[in-house]
Amino acid sequence: MSGTGIHEPRTLIRMGVITPRRKAIFFAVMAGLGALAPFAVYPVFLMNVLCMALFASAFNLLLGYTGLLSFGHAAFLGSAGYVTGHALKVWGWPTEAGILLGTLVATVLGLVIGGLAIRRSGIYFAMITLGFAQMIYFVAVQLPFTGGEDGLQGIPRGKALGLFPLEGRYAMYYFVYVVFLLGFYVIYRTIHSPFGHVLRSIRENEPRALSLGYDVDRYKLVAFVISAGLAGLAGATKAVVLQFETLTDVHWHKSGEVVLMTLLGGMGTVMGPSAGALIVVAMENYLSGFGDWVTVIIGCVFVVGVLAFRRGFVGEAARLLKSFPI
Amino acid sequence: MQALFGQLLVGLINGSFYALLSLGLSIIFGLVNVVNFAHGALYMTGAFFAWIGLSSLGIGYWPALLLSPLAVGVLGVVVERTMLRRLYQLDNLYGLLLTFGLTLIIEGLFHHQYGNSGNSFPVPEALQGGSNLGFMYLPKYRAWVVLVSLLVCFASWFVIERTKLGAYLRAGTENPRLLQAFGVNVPLMMTLTFGFGVALAGFAGVMAAPIYQVSPSMGSSLIIVVFAVVVIGGMGSIFGSIVTGVGLGLVEGLTKYLYPPAAATVVFAIMAVVLLLRPAGLFGREK
Repeated sequence: MSGTGIHEPRTLIRMGVITPRRKAIFFAVMAGLGALAPFAVYPVFLMNVLCMALFASAFNLLLGYTGLLSFGHAAFLGSAGYVTGHALKVWGWPTEAGILLGTLVATVLGLVIGGLAIRRSGIYFAMITLGFAQMIYFVAVQLPFTGGEDGLQGIPRGKALGLFPLEGRYAMYYFVYVVFLLGFYVIYRTIHSPFGHVLRSIRENEPRALSLGYDVDRYKLVAFVISAGLAGLAGATKAVVLQFETLTDVHWHKSGEVVLMTLLGGMGTVMGPSAGALIVVAMENYLSGFGDWVTVIIGCVFVVGVLAFRRGFVGEAARLLKSFPI
Repeated sequence: MQALFGQLLVGLINGSFYALLSLGLSIIFGLVNVVNFAHGALYMTGAFFAWIGLSSLGIGYWPALLLSPLAVGVLGVVVERTMLRRLYQLDNLYGLLLTFGLTLIIEGLFHHQYGNSGNSFPVPEALQGGSNLGFMYLPKYRAWVVLVSLLVCFASWFVIERTKLGAYLRAGTENPRLLQAFGVNVPLMMTLTFGFGVALAGFAGVMAAPIYQVSPSMGSSLIIVVFAVVVIGGMGSIFGSIVTGVGLGLVEGLTKYLYPPAAATVVFAIMAVVLLLRPAGLFGREK
């Protein structure tokens, strides 16, 4: 997605708007807000936002930084959720082990699907990932352990580190918060590593990256696997939080939803997907009384976002900062 | 044996719809460079227009076969003129996202209005009944669907490959700027092509109405399979999309006979194999 008005922070760094000090203060304030949030807002809502924020940030690694539109990320979210749920409920695994297993399954799935999908580029890549995700959906409908239409119910939350029961509202929140911060840190480090710069060069001009000697397919595949794995981490954690896993998490609507979050928040920005996740989850939460209109409203937001708001909230904020530096 | 031929017939009919829909997708993608996610939703809209026409306006199947695609085509023209047009200078992923949003809107609206349950559409009188072929029973309407779909596909192929209008279309696919320099109104051509492509989807919808239940979700699962069909066949050739569509429908029918649980996933499994062996698709050219 080259030339789409993605705002690299480099200009802002050069202009002195972003300094290392300001950046550190910003992240410290955000982390502090995250730690205090459950005292002000309903924790289950917040945990849902955190899981979806991690999901969208992982997705953004592909769309925003590598220029690959995966239309099948729900496959990783959902399959990790099912595996983790099954491991905790039926096998009685410890919470962390269950989450790790779910993440691992999503990672392997990412390796298989990604390996096939990167053989085509552009719009075909989107269609292929969508197709494989639909395949995973049908598998989830048919496999006995997923519970089909009923879903997987009554997943126990277990204890963190085998010591702290995750039943209270705050213990679970801080567990999810730590998972989110870990995942977010991995994404942040990936983006700002030499590897991340190569990804961006692929996004901007793939033939040129290839001619400079980078094994483009390999970079794409690694990015896809990281993204799938972290999407799995988000899905596994979500299953523990909500204590159930259903077909909605592997449905193509979910794959579209994560695109919307990333688009609304600002693709190719570090904070954008999280902001987008907050907006979309809040929207679904507060509009749930409208029934079928929610889908229509989400569709309208999608259309307006694509037509007139392609930079997203964070992208627009960066543009404003550029025009009126603090 | 009866069961095998029965499933193959179902497969042939599904395949005819795959062919009709992937043909429309290919024509649109060729000239307009947009992968129309809303194709499935517009197929559903076509079926619903026919059903609404019959149940509340008393318009029968035969007029609906013409009117419903026309209405869907007009809808497509409006979408292209007001929205899609603004995205042409951007990456074509945005076209996919826009039409995805439109899909949610269309499906949500029909869902709200008509609920989730299917509505049945009666087979027109002239096509009721069927004949026993000895090895299987062939309902007249199903034979009609297969015949007409193939006829429409062939007619589209003929227009595009053998007429002057088709020559413009192919020239526009290769190099729209040069074609415009020769004095052809390319933007208008793009609008009409999009309209024609989605009208084909609407037409498929009307054809499907008496076979499947008319419901708001009838298009979305279909379109994802059609995308896989398009990946397998490649969007390069019209002939290719027809053959791939019908062929995959038959394979699906065969799978339903041999091992029913795999019937829903077999097309995607084939897609995986094709990506491994021939990434550009069976009939595609690597760009």
